[in-house]
Amino acid sequence: MTKKEKITNILVCGVGGQGVLLLSDLLAEIAMNEGLDVKKSEVHGMAQRGGSVTSHIRFGKKVYSPLITEGNADFIVSLEKLETLRYLHFLSPNGVLLSDNLIVEPLPVIIGLQEMPKDINERIKNRVKKFYLIDAFAKAKELGNTRVQNMIMLGALSNFLDFTPDTYHQAIRKNVKAKFVDINIKAFETGVGLV
Amino acid sequence: MPKVLLSGDEAVARGAYEAGCKVATAYPGTPSTEILENMAQYREIYSEWSTNEKVAFEVALGAALAGARSLVAMKHVGLNVAADPLFSSAYIGVKAGFVIVSADDPGLHSSQNEQDNRFYGLFAKIPVLCPSDSQEAKDFVKLAFDLSEQFDIPVLIRLTTRVAHSKSVVNLEDRVEHPVKGYEKVKEKTILLPQFARLRHYSLEERLQKLAEYAETTPINRYEPGQKSIGVIADGVAYQYAKEVFPKASFLKLGMVHPFPKNLVKNFGQKVKRLLVVEEVDPFLELQIKALGLKAIGKDALPKVDELNPRIVQNSLYPEKKIELKPETDVPARPPLLCPGCPHTGLFYALQRQNIIIGGDIGCYTLGALAPHNTMDTCICMGASITFVHGVEKALGKEDKRRKIAVIGDSTFFHMGVPGLINVAYNRGNIVTIVVDNRTTGMTGHQDHPGTGKTLLGETTKALDIAAIAKACGIEKVYTVDPYKIKETKSLVRKVLAEEGPAVIISSRPCALLATKNPSKQVLADRCNGCKLCLSLGCPAIEIAEGKAIINEAFCVGCGMCVEVCARGAIL
Repeated sequence: MTKKEKITNILVCGVGGQGVLLLSDLLAEIAMNEGLDVKKSEVHGMAQRGGSVTSHIRFGKKVYSPLITEGNADFIVSLEKLETLRYLHFLSPNGVLLSDNLIVEPLPVIIGLQEMPKDINERIKNRVKKFYLIDAFAKAKELGNTRVQNMIMLGALSNFLDFTPDTYHQAIRKNVKAKFVDINIKAFETGVGLV
Repeated sequence: MPKVLLSGDEAVARGAYEAGCKVATAYPGTPSTEILENMAQYREIYSEWSTNEKVAFEVALGAALAGARSLVAMKHVGLNVAADPLFSSAYIGVKAGFVIVSADDPGLHSSQNEQDNRFYGLFAKIPVLCPSDSQEAKDFVKLAFDLSEQFDIPVLIRLTTRVAHSKSVVNLEDRVEHPVKGYEKVKEKTILLPQFARLRHYSLEERLQKLAEYAETTPINRYEPGQKSIGVIADGVAYQYAKEVFPKASFLKLGMVHPFPKNLVKNFGQKVKRLLVVEEVDPFLELQIKALGLKAIGKDALPKVDELNPRIVQNSLYPEKKIELKPETDVPARPPLLCPGCPHTGLFYALQRQNIIIGGDIGCYTLGALAPHNTMDTCICMGASITFVHGVEKALGKEDKRRKIAVIGDSTFFHMGVPGLINVAYNRGNIVTIVVDNRTTGMTGHQDHPGTGKTLLGETTKALDIAAIAKACGIEKVYTVDPYKIKETKSLVRKVLAEEGPAVIISSRPCALLATKNPSKQVLADRCNGCKLCLSLGCPAIEIAEGKAIINEAFCVGCGMCVEVCARGAIL
């Protein structure tokens, strides 16, 4: 459980188009509604082009830097396992990793210029004390919309934060188009049950 | 009033709204684009996408001289395009407040350089304010309008990517109206003929002197008492990083970095034992601090390249506490890509493996420079495709048999391509200009431009015809092709490459992200022989599994380009 006096650092990563930004927007808004100081940082522009996307969310009593530094993330929430590996060094020694098992091969691999590391799970095990590998994308597919993968991951993360389920539901209702609210809340609840 | 989470860009727009701004202009450019996108929601403000930054600047200057509070926004390199009116505007001054926003990009997240536009303040003799979060972005914009009117001068707000694109908590306030003062003819002020301009230069030096006095007492240059052993002078987001690393130190936080508050800095420097200067990119503050005779540590320890973060600040200035955590090695890169169904793909496919010289330009299509296309030799600045290859062609002459090609986007063509094309026609150039026309400004997130028939405020307007413009520029051979028709595109490109004389090809098809998705294509596994020809499209939806092509249905938009590329008819 996180203490409100301490700064909580959450790094969300994934591939452009997976919904990293919505997930992090919701987290930031929830923290602000709880009366905390919040900073959230990411780089737009390339996000729709299938590149690697990260978002840094920091909340607590008073937040200065909008960026989390290596070794200081309390949580990494990753929507893709190669991206998990890319940002693993941001996790603090006691940090928690929540990663989808999904792998999206990048173009340099597809066209044969680079190779996929074969031992991703091994490397995670070697480096991280507390991690959860989740089939969020697969679950989202079962729910009928792969785009709610991010809400499943948010649900999984919510188990470790101090905010009530209602605050998440409200944030989803406020930020998601009306016709997608139900499936997003369902996805969130599915995620809660996955860890 | 409510508290909300705003990005720095959103906060700039909100600040302009609250300050009674009437006219706002911009050309899109990361990380500044969202300023005008957000401005457009405030119906009290006339907002427009101008054709380029120089145009945007002059439109906003005109509005300010007509007595309306005005703002122009651009990315850092945009201010190079607008540098001409920038220098003149300092001489002329304003009638109502005029604020220039430059969003710099330390770290080159989406830019061709890391130039530090604080130097434009010194160079063009205008005041510069550097906010460090969204609340300050809003507050500083409002202050800038007041200062602009008080000191009769445009004011530059310098954001960086981490301020522009980070969200933090902002207190909203109401709008205060500033009625338009009206246009007056004051020729001694607005006509920069030498006899008037010389007097305006004297006036400018006087105005700067008064601003220098103001800089000493402004509340945005803030002394934060702390331990005397370390004193930190910092501006912008670098201040936030330094506060994390040196929580107990004394701080002089500079919100106004030009004119430089000499006495304030001198007094601060004399109070502390060890003086540190924390700033991103160039030693702008440090040079001026050292010119005062103060000893300080800055860029001799901190990097001049790339953006900072608290870890870099700590490792550079606090080496006793140095921590280095290395990322996992050999994680394959995930570069940004042309999207599935991107119409540029078809054009680049047609240009592959030709013995040609290709000048590129700025936009999504710059990604054609990467594998598997490799169909771009340069990326210099907006409009520098046509002009660059014209120069290459003139230098190498007829003996060089390679055809010289320029590839430029539709928005970039309107921005700065047209003068280059006129230059080709006028100077008997012999190059092929390809306008990759996706009917939008793609890279920055789909802004309208003079070819789309819509304004920023959503009004219907005249859609300018690129073919007609090319002809009016003096190019006789103008062709239009649909890049989804791979074979047709390839044969047209080959034909034009074989011809003599200047030509324009318009590769026209709306951006795939704006088009409706068709059903996904399928690979017939028994017909696919794994030749990988389809991979040369560089489509992110095509993968190879167990030696055969497969199409990822989640990504495929059903454009059908791969159907034409496959020699075995294995994709349907």
